[in-house]
Amino acid sequence: MGLIARQLEELGIATVTLSSARSITQAVNPPRAIYLDYPLGQTAGRENDSVEQKSVMQQALIALQEMTEPGTITDLDLRWSLDDSWKDGVMRPKTTANPESADDRLGRNPSPQYQTQEDELIADANCPSCVFFSAAT
Amino acid sequence: MQKTKPIDYIERTRAQYAALNYPAYRWVENLSAPPWTPLKKPLNQCKVALICSGGIYKKGQIAFHYEDDTSFRIIRSDTPKSDLRITHFAYDMTAARKDPNVVFPNEGLQALADEGAIGEFAQNAYTFMGGIYSSRKVSSQLAPELANRVIKDEVDVVVLVPV
Repeated sequence: MGLIARQLEELGIATVTLSSARSITQAVNPPRAIYLDYPLGQTAGRENDSVEQKSVMQQALIALQEMTEPGTITDLDLRWSLDDSWKDGVMRPKTTANPESADDRLGRNPSPQYQTQEDELIADANCPSCVFFSAAT
Repeated sequence: MQKTKPIDYIERTRAQYAALNYPAYRWVENLSAPPWTPLKKPLNQCKVALICSGGIYKKGQIAFHYEDDTSFRIIRSDTPKSDLRITHFAYDMTAARKDPNVVFPNEGLQALADEGAIGEFAQNAYTFMGGIYSSRKVSSQLAPELANRVIKDEVDVVVLVPV
């Protein structure tokens, strides 16, 4: 996402990139970023908490407005839970000491992976709002 | 309890790939200073667009596939969450499938537009499935095309939401 942010800014569009993976964001180095120290998958605030979600958007836009230094990452003052033990198992190799490795990646597959069977049945094969690139280049 | 440091996902991926005997994942590292566009007008006059990489598609659209999919979807930003779907190979989608706002925060941005905090929430949002192995394809295909689109949409500010 940082690569896209960098190209947008080069072309005159201001951006703010959200992040829940600080080290990756630091490496890709987008112009402006805000960091939320949450498990991956809730980058814009926790589920069913519209107040928090709106506040994350508001803080992102305020950060965008106030940042002056390219490459700034602002840490949001939100905490996932009172203790940080959720961080322990994330992406750890499975070992006898750690049989509960939290690896959520699914196998590679070249056919569309629908959330529901019904989605697959009603999907528009000529979908005009689906944009694909040719395999070449 | 004291707050601990952020998870170093680069280090954990390295260790995990090594344990699985996968070749090391090569992260993009940009050491040069990022390009910078100053905000040209107050936020309450800006048109704001959303670009999200959490694998969001709309009911009726073609879903993403799990083999380096570089395609994107155009989704109207006022799409109700009951019509939004999530598919992605690389993260736990449980929360996103219950409440797509966690990776596609259209309700939050709409609320800010309704209050006048931002000028306008752009009608088109753009989504794709992150975790694309080829950073070259992102730089040469996806990023330029998304930039073309938001420029055509006359957008001033883009909020980018990765997973």
